[in-house]
Amino acid sequence: MAEPWEDDELEGPVRKFMYVNRRAPYGTIYALESLEVVLIAAAFEQDVTLVFMDDGVYQIKKEQNTEAIGVKNFSPTYRALEGYDVEKLYVERESLQSRGLTVEDLIVPVQIVDKDQLAELMEEQEVILSF
Amino acid sequence: MPMLHTVNKSPFERRTLDTALRHAVKGAAILLIEDGVYAAFDGTVVAEKVKSALKDHKIYVLGPDVAARGMSEHHVIDGLQVVDYGGFVDLVVEYDKVQSWL
Repeated sequence: MAEPWEDDELEGPVRKFMYVNRRAPYGTIYALESLEVVLIAAAFEQDVTLVFMDDGVYQIKKEQNTEAIGVKNFSPTYRALEGYDVEKLYVERESLQSRGLTVEDLIVPVQIVDKDQLAELMEEQEVILSF
Repeated sequence: MPMLHTVNKSPFERRTLDTALRHAVKGAAILLIEDGVYAAFDGTVVAEKVKSALKDHKIYVLGPDVAARGMSEHHVIDGLQVVDYGGFVDLVVEYDKVQSWL
């Protein structure tokens, strides 16, 4: 008979979590808080998907330099997500375009999706957290 | 001297810039700070609005907030002036008063 710690059920369920990021990085605390919660989900080996839309696309803009404003630049953390098996990153095309940005402006590899594809992705999730 | 209006909200998320522009008399200045700096760049859906506001207002943008957000001063709309913190202080002294649109 399997020992309790070998019981698969004790590992708990893996759910599909989506984090929807819609705020710019430094004007409010939302972006940083989202990143913290994403890392927690990753630590529990959940199925994590990140979405960047509206002003959220600014979170992953390259070349952030916060030295002069005296705030920690947390953008390098997005590049570390891969190491936590968080690899499903989606960016809404319309949000990039209206801000004059392209995929070349982003610090991490992402999949560009349009609003309809994004709506489908949202339907596939079990839990959606919006920041 | 008319007043200096500061705007600290993203023009893509709030109407703060529109409201400030609507209530700014000719000759009043606009200073974009914090998330307000996202209004300062060419190629966005708000760029034309900012360019047309240049006819009646001097528009400034705070450089440290631009750099923090990974945006390039090279992409700042022609006619806007980038200022540092010292320049911010100079503007506050130069204009009669400041209205901070939050």
